[in-house]
Amino acid sequence: MSPLLAQVEIHQRTQDSCVSDNGLCPSWIVDNFDRYVDPFFQHVLLTVVAMAIGFVISFSLALVAYRRRWLINPVTQVTGVLYTIPSIAAFFLLLPITGRGFLTATIALVSYVLLIIFRNVLTGLDNVPEETKDAGRGMGLTDRQLLWRVEVPLALPEIMAGLRIAATTTVGLATLAFFAGAGGLGEQIFADINFKSNVVTAGGLAVALAAVLDGAILLTQRAITPWTRAAASR
Amino acid sequence: MNQFVDAIDFIFSERESPAGGARVGGLAKMWELTWEHLQLSAASIAIACAIAIPLGLWLGHTGRGGFLAINASNVGRAVPSLALIAFFVAYIGVGFTNLTLALVLLAIPPILTNAYTGVRQVDRDSVDSARGMGMTGAQVVRRVELPLALPLIFGGLRISAVNVVATATIAPLAGVVTLGDPIINVNTYGDDGRLAAALVVALLAVVTELVLGAVQRAVTPRGLKLEGGGRWRRLAVAMPHNRREAPT
Repeated sequence: MSPLLAQVEIHQRTQDSCVSDNGLCPSWIVDNFDRYVDPFFQHVLLTVVAMAIGFVISFSLALVAYRRRWLINPVTQVTGVLYTIPSIAAFFLLLPITGRGFLTATIALVSYVLLIIFRNVLTGLDNVPEETKDAGRGMGLTDRQLLWRVEVPLALPEIMAGLRIAATTTVGLATLAFFAGAGGLGEQIFADINFKSNVVTAGGLAVALAAVLDGAILLTQRAITPWTRAAASR
Repeated sequence: MNQFVDAIDFIFSERESPAGGARVGGLAKMWELTWEHLQLSAASIAIACAIAIPLGLWLGHTGRGGFLAINASNVGRAVPSLALIAFFVAYIGVGFTNLTLALVLLAIPPILTNAYTGVRQVDRDSVDSARGMGMTGAQVVRRVELPLALPLIFGGLRISAVNVVATATIAPLAGVVTLGDPIINVNTYGDDGRLAAALVVALLAVVTELVLGAVQRAVTPRGLKLEGGGRWRRLAVAMPHNRREAPT
């Protein structure tokens, strides 16, 4: 459905004066909450899939670039350009190649998070103290063991910080994914942008989703890096 | 690929709208949209700088309000730009002024956070020796803290400027006819117009980023450049949240 058709499909307006005045009407929100459920889950799916793919790509790139330093500049430049291209433009630039739908939206969202996660993973790995690595080598760890048992775990706070930034940013950009025909909460906002109840509900759900994802990643980080709390309380 | 050729043709040659009536496309018409886009973006960024840089410098200088300055960009990121604009349309109204205000709100957090962090990461010894030379608080800010914080301030400015140029694309929703018009009103401009607008918006964002990046390098004090990469590496170790803010 094109955005224009969506705009024509005005929400069922009752005779209620609050609703016809485009007001903020709690009773309308309660009665019409179902219409936000599907877009909300589309939004969650868009965000989570883009984050997962983006993480796998940029984490792998960072691991390779960590050993082969000359890769850092080209990777940063390419992902930097992808990061700079506004996602709304990216959706339409991809349209002739991948068509309308979930795939196009996901490619654009993935291309946006690459730089954020790549930089943070690399910074995290670079910040592992040399002495710690030496101690690991002294215990007879191979390079591979050193990476997975010492360097990656110690880089986790930075990596998770990157994921938090990527998550909140992706939730925001996914509100534009309806331009690519992938639905989401933005489609609801766009459908009736003058109606306060609609804007507050759909916008509020997007903000809540960003906050919940942010909190969830923070809690995961606390759970998988217990030593950071031990160090802080000492 | 044909569609891209048609879109580029749209930029250079005027034609009748697919909906009939109006003439669309061509360099003059595209420039009109681009000019409105640039005016809206420049006004928003300028106002955001006028608010966020002094505030960030002051908060950083006094060491007060760190929580606010650091978390401004976290909160700012969590509010989708479409939701922010929709909120303004529904509650405050449409038009250039209202939309500029919305974009100012969008642009402030990264500049504020980076200005604050930029001042806080200035070597305390430099500040102490400036005081020892008898500089007043205002002189310390202007001659020591501001120059040393400039690279990070420009980092924040780049993030905001690119974000504002991107968001100005949905300005037609609030009644301002920017480069987003062919994207939002595709019936008037046709598919070629929409793709053409997407190309120009992408180009505009990349040029903004490149120009501000060049300015950022130009304003970086020579002392910071001479010390080379090692200095920034050490800063990143000392203040990990610097780096965390940088890419956002």
